[in-house]
Amino acid sequence: MPIIETKDLTYTYQGATKPSIREVSIKIEKGEFVILTGPSGCGKTTLCRCFNGLIPHFYTGTLNGTINVANLDVTKHQIHELARHVGFVFQNPENQLFALSVEKDVAFALENLGTPRAEMQERIEWALKAVGAYELRERAPHELSGGQQQRVAIASVLAMQPNVMILDEPTSFLDPLTAKKIFEVIAELNEQLGITVILVEHRLDLTAQYADHVIIMDEGKVVLDGNPRDIFNSEEARLIGVGIPKATRLFQILKEDGINIKSVPISSAEAAKALRRILKHD
Amino acid sequence: MIETKDVYFTYPNGVEALKGVSLLINDGEFVAIMGQNGAGKTTLVKHFNGLLKPTKGEVLVDSINTRETSVAKLARNVGFVFQNPDHQLFCESVEEEIAFGLRNFGFEESLIKKRVDWALNLLDLTKYRQTSPFLLSGGERKRVALASVLAWDPKTVVLDEPTIGQDHRQKEKLRQFIVQLNTQGKTVVVVTHDVEFVAESNPRVVLMSEGKIVADGLAEKILTDEALLTKASIVPPQISQIFLQLSDLGFPANIIDVYQARDVLLKRLEARRK
Repeated sequence: MPIIETKDLTYTYQGATKPSIREVSIKIEKGEFVILTGPSGCGKTTLCRCFNGLIPHFYTGTLNGTINVANLDVTKHQIHELARHVGFVFQNPENQLFALSVEKDVAFALENLGTPRAEMQERIEWALKAVGAYELRERAPHELSGGQQQRVAIASVLAMQPNVMILDEPTSFLDPLTAKKIFEVIAELNEQLGITVILVEHRLDLTAQYADHVIIMDEGKVVLDGNPRDIFNSEEARLIGVGIPKATRLFQILKEDGINIKSVPISSAEAAKALRRILKHD
Repeated sequence: MIETKDVYFTYPNGVEALKGVSLLINDGEFVAIMGQNGAGKTTLVKHFNGLLKPTKGEVLVDSINTRETSVAKLARNVGFVFQNPDHQLFCESVEEEIAFGLRNFGFEESLIKKRVDWALNLLDLTKYRQTSPFLLSGGERKRVALASVLAWDPKTVVLDEPTIGQDHRQKEKLRQFIVQLNTQGKTVVVVTHDVEFVAESNPRVVLMSEGKIVADGLAEKILTDEALLTKASIVPPQISQIFLQLSDLGFPANIIDVYQARDVLLKRLEARRK
């Protein structure tokens, strides 16, 4: 039983002349780490809004098809019910933070879920430390830099430890090393707690290695859906203009020069290993 | 020419963002300023058009001390594209937005029209001429902000994090565009932490950490120095990561780009066959 399943999902925002997503049918299994990518305006964010009920409950418009998340029909269950299962880190952290202190912002969702006080304190501390924002706990979120706000927004969702975490370009304001550390924390949660992760991302060099499922959208449709290695190595992915990992790209151009390799690398470690083999045996 | 001499800057809240920065940017250079969040990158470039004045030390733009002139005068020569286009755009149409700066600088109406047409065309925005900038996507708004600056043809263009919110294709277009501006003689300063973006054009990199410049050199030199990058909270580009892991095999140390990588690998394999 997939944790998220959509069938022929089509959605048009109110006042829009054409649908933002069209006939999307996907299945996401529990515990998967999914990367959702595609050109700007392809419908990634719209699709994610269907997973936590923002569509159709907050954004009005026309919805056709079905969405099931954690055995709930999203059209029939309210956002607050879905929030028990699905945590959402928005693209712009300013849209998410509102409390007077960082600590209170992270506490908010836990309070709403009725988490016992002692556990709440533990989780807040853990989440803030995980994203490297513990020293900011008494600061006001609106006074923080974009990068710091982004870390707090991630912590507030991490603290909930939801079944499904949706992260919409969660590290765009962060420097690469901080971004890498945050992706490592997310990958760890996915691995150890079995949290299903849906990551909307353009920076595949930093993230491809964590994925076990890749979905690529273009003009509102799902155009590629499957195993990361096959997808990143496909001609279609490159033609759509997805920034496939450089490690993968290197092997594609080496192939054009007659150097063949069975398993296509998607990370620098894999590429280095494969090159070492080729250089030794050639 | 932009020169900062031992510049210190402290914000009113007491945060010391720059701690003795000396930097010389010559006309026609392409410079990427990199470093971790809070390293002082944006604070530094805001000194280039006088938006900020040093607490100590001085900044000279074409030999004019920024303390002795106005932002309006400096802006004519140093155009600034902010990180968040919403901090920059306010007019009702894209066309008005681009014309605004030109009117402020006192251009003739007939010239304004020409310049607006030129900038719209340059950034592929002609179809949005009458559209409100706020109805456009983040990537498009960024292009409007850039068009409005390029319209008055400043000698130097400063872009703060131009790749945020841009997809791969837009990024590639933007990169080609920046390289083109630079080839045409403009000085281009980019503040960014997008290592792959920098690796593809190999500009001069000024690396900052905690309010100071910690390294200054070609991207292929800076972006392959792992110890240095870690200190500045930057991850090497993926291609350089691959070659760092193969450092025992005697490859050149400066490989950051896929095509460069292909060439050295093919050469090595060729040599082996012989």
